[in-house]
Amino acid sequence: MVTTGKKVKTFIIDGKDVSGTEDQTVIEVCRENNIEIPTLCHLEGLAEVGACRLCLVEIKGSNKLLPACVTKVHEGMEVITASEGLKKYRIKILELFFSERNHICSVCVSNGICELQNLAQRLGMTHVHYPYLFPKFDVDASHERFVLDNNRCILCTRCVRVCDEIEGAHTWDIMGRGIESMVITDLNKPWGESESCTSCGKCVAVCPTGALVEKYKNAVDKSFMYKKDKLKFLPYLTTMREVKNEQS
Amino acid sequence: MLIKKIILPSDDNRWKLINATMKRHGYQPNSLIETLHTVQETFGYLDEISLKFVALTLKVPLSSVYGVATFYNFFNLKPQGKHTCVVCLGTACYIKGTNVIAEEIKKEFKLSMGKTTESGNLSLLSARCLGACGIAPAIVIDGEVHGNVSVEKTLEVLRRHENDN
Amino acid sequence: MIIEELIEYAQKLHLREKTGKHEVKVCSAAGCLSLKSEAVADELRKKIAELGIEEEVSVKPVGCLGLCSKGPLVTIDSGNRVYQNVKPEDANLIIEKAKTDPQSETDKFFTRQQKIVLENSGQVDPEKIHDYILRDGYKALHDVLEMTPQEVIDEVTISGLRGRGGAGYPTGLKWNTVAKTGNIKKYVICNADEGDPGAFMDRSLLEGDPHRVLEGMAIAAYAVGADEGYVYCRAEYPLAIKRLKNAVKQAERAGVLGKNIFGTTFSFTVDLRIGAGAFVCGEETALIASIEGKRGQPRPRPPYPAEVGLWGSPTLINNVETYGNIAPILRNGGEWYAAIGTEKSKGTKVFALAGKIVNTGLIEIPMGISLREVIYDIGGGIPDGKKFKAVQTGGPSGGCIPEQFLDKPVDYESLSELGSIMGSGGMIIMDETSCMVDVAKYFLDFTKDESCGKCVPCRVGTVQLYNILDRITKGTGTMEDLDELDDLCDLVKNTSLCGLGQAAPNPVLSTIQYFRDEYIAHIVDKKCPAGVCKFHTHAETGKSEVII
Repeated sequence: MVTTGKKVKTFIIDGKDVSGTEDQTVIEVCRENNIEIPTLCHLEGLAEVGACRLCLVEIKGSNKLLPACVTKVHEGMEVITASEGLKKYRIKILELFFSERNHICSVCVSNGICELQNLAQRLGMTHVHYPYLFPKFDVDASHERFVLDNNRCILCTRCVRVCDEIEGAHTWDIMGRGIESMVITDLNKPWGESESCTSCGKCVAVCPTGALVEKYKNAVDKSFMYKKDKLKFLPYLTTMREVKNEQS
Repeated sequence: MLIKKIILPSDDNRWKLINATMKRHGYQPNSLIETLHTVQETFGYLDEISLKFVALTLKVPLSSVYGVATFYNFFNLKPQGKHTCVVCLGTACYIKGTNVIAEEIKKEFKLSMGKTTESGNLSLLSARCLGACGIAPAIVIDGEVHGNVSVEKTLEVLRRHENDN
Repeated sequence: MIIEELIEYAQKLHLREKTGKHEVKVCSAAGCLSLKSEAVADELRKKIAELGIEEEVSVKPVGCLGLCSKGPLVTIDSGNRVYQNVKPEDANLIIEKAKTDPQSETDKFFTRQQKIVLENSGQVDPEKIHDYILRDGYKALHDVLEMTPQEVIDEVTISGLRGRGGAGYPTGLKWNTVAKTGNIKKYVICNADEGDPGAFMDRSLLEGDPHRVLEGMAIAAYAVGADEGYVYCRAEYPLAIKRLKNAVKQAERAGVLGKNIFGTTFSFTVDLRIGAGAFVCGEETALIASIEGKRGQPRPRPPYPAEVGLWGSPTLINNVETYGNIAPILRNGGEWYAAIGTEKSKGTKVFALAGKIVNTGLIEIPMGISLREVIYDIGGGIPDGKKFKAVQTGGPSGGCIPEQFLDKPVDYESLSELGSIMGSGGMIIMDETSCMVDVAKYFLDFTKDESCGKCVPCRVGTVQLYNILDRITKGTGTMEDLDELDDLCDLVKNTSLCGLGQAAPNPVLSTIQYFRDEYIAHIVDKKCPAGVCKFHTHAETGKSEVII
């Protein structure tokens, strides 16, 4: 894909010659070339945060692992996306995710369509060998259409970003820090009492796990959104329309 | 720049101080932390009314204000006791036994870190490092740094404060 | 304005104060102040007034004299002799000493040091700009404005100065990167968020000689082409903040900050931002986020702040001590500075000595002298006849260095070879009564609380590391836990987003490397060799039990 006015860079990913424009990131070029890179915080159309660390790749000449979602391509770079070391790290990072909160798939509404669960299966995570931390979070079901269950949250901040960048409401943010971080609405008030929430549902659409779900119905399989040839620009907007159409 | 009409939450004169800080920074959203510092200096803690006022005036989303207020250790969302005791838990102080002092205080006044006694007279807080390592172990009582302290001396002073009516 | 006018201005201010022939300098840094040095100063003033010898002797509050453990400290005139543990009752004696010839210092604590950054600390009154100007202050800035920015950067590059915040990135190189970004809006930031527990170098410098830091920032701003600067100081340092604010005001009045400095086209203003208690804000991208009024969370680098920094503009961030080195380098030349220290680590470094050591306080030493000299000659060794166990450098990002490496030189490379880092300059000495597993646990407790929570390896990994260490110190650890520690450390180190997470495992790794036997004693023998960790043991079964 070549756009005029932008310089084209040629380089190597996993031994394969590829090309991309100078403003593209490694993950974008990987996806164009059907090279799979796992990620939980990246979502096309939203600002990158580089927080989930699952998309780390090796780049020859750099002694540090770099996140593919924020690393810009440059001429002659050599990227390795799935070395043995990277695979091990990714599984351990997933295990840390599972140990952090209460991810009990069998009783989760998103069972079967959860990105965290899918990744664990795909990357071959067989068990979690870190002790579960089992924090206790209340479920917030005060909103008339949606539910927030912090027990399932992985703090990817997709909801925070979509609400701020796309909806422009900035109802969501993160409070606290470290292991005590938590997504909140407004001044940490029940979601249903939020003054800024427009009930647009974008946050629910982009949540990769069962932390944000719609009431009275099974969660929607969102995985199609991330497939290459599907609607590229701001997929979640379309999703919401589809969800609404289903209702009507 | 447009002159904005700022509506203060009440006729308490202290709101003017907070407004003055925001004004000095041109009501820029980036003056949030500076403003919260002023609120805490003025009222002793950040309550919902002040957070809302600051959010509205600086045009920062409520959740962002709450996020910032809870990210930084320095901000309290609850009122503090009449007297405060900050135990330094920096490395030099730890090696010289402030953790023991902290434990004794907790036992004596049935407190945990960040909490206030029932009488509302005494709050126990901890600091990551006061930079007073040369005189470790160090504690701060009501804003005054005390160096080379002992368990007994500390407890004695705190007992006096706790029984202060 | 030319430099002569500035000196004249300073002299006028100086004459307005009535100073005696001899000056009794009383330390008024935070350490001595909390040991009531102000009462000593008041008593001295009272006695001088009673005796009516104001023209002969006067009192002057000064910045840190270094030997905090023996405060309040008092020195006379050029500070040849430092009087320790001075009480108000000693006023007569001090005045008597001031009138007679000053004696010279013999204590190795003072004689083994070499002061460049701290040359004014303990000499000038930090609240009076004229005192600084009369000691060649702002002369370097004046001279710099006659050079081209590139010449200034070259001089810093020649000096070999490296970032004093801990990582040791070459300062000249950093300046060059910012300078090269072209003719656009740029910022200069001074990182005074000295978060490492056990470190108080920056605090002392800001409290003792704030103008030197401002001068360094102004020179940097000229060199990189910035016109606006911020000092980001932690809220835990109220005295430093007060003196900085005062210094900025005085500098603006004197015309060395603000518009058209020294009558040139160069303008530079400095504003202060106060931190709010978050260690991670020492990381440069988190610090920028905090100045912007946001949660202090780091972002991935590149792009580095030198290219995309504060409000998206190229930003130069250096530490307090780095700026403190700039004026002397430009006054004496880069070559002069490069002649001090070792091949790769030039100049001097300020350290804060603390923990189980006789002379706790602030020191400045040339790079390359051995840890043994620092601890035994300058530090006076371990108190109470106890045995040395380890020296911790680099705070929560550093490691513990055992006795067998005490003859290693103090420089960036040697310390990182030993599994620690130079860090910002905290040096905490531990004796046989410190348990190294407990120390590792202490640091992980710190990093888990200070983790910003953005990336998973740091947010969850540090908690898991802490929990394992907690088990070991309570006697319920297993040998598998040791392997797990190694494994998890490797993960956190290599996959965390910022320096805080990447360096968080260092205290664990270095203690396992050098004190593995202590870990094993906790796990296998259920014993803490230092007697710090307490286990509850059933008398009959010998099994240990967790105390809650």
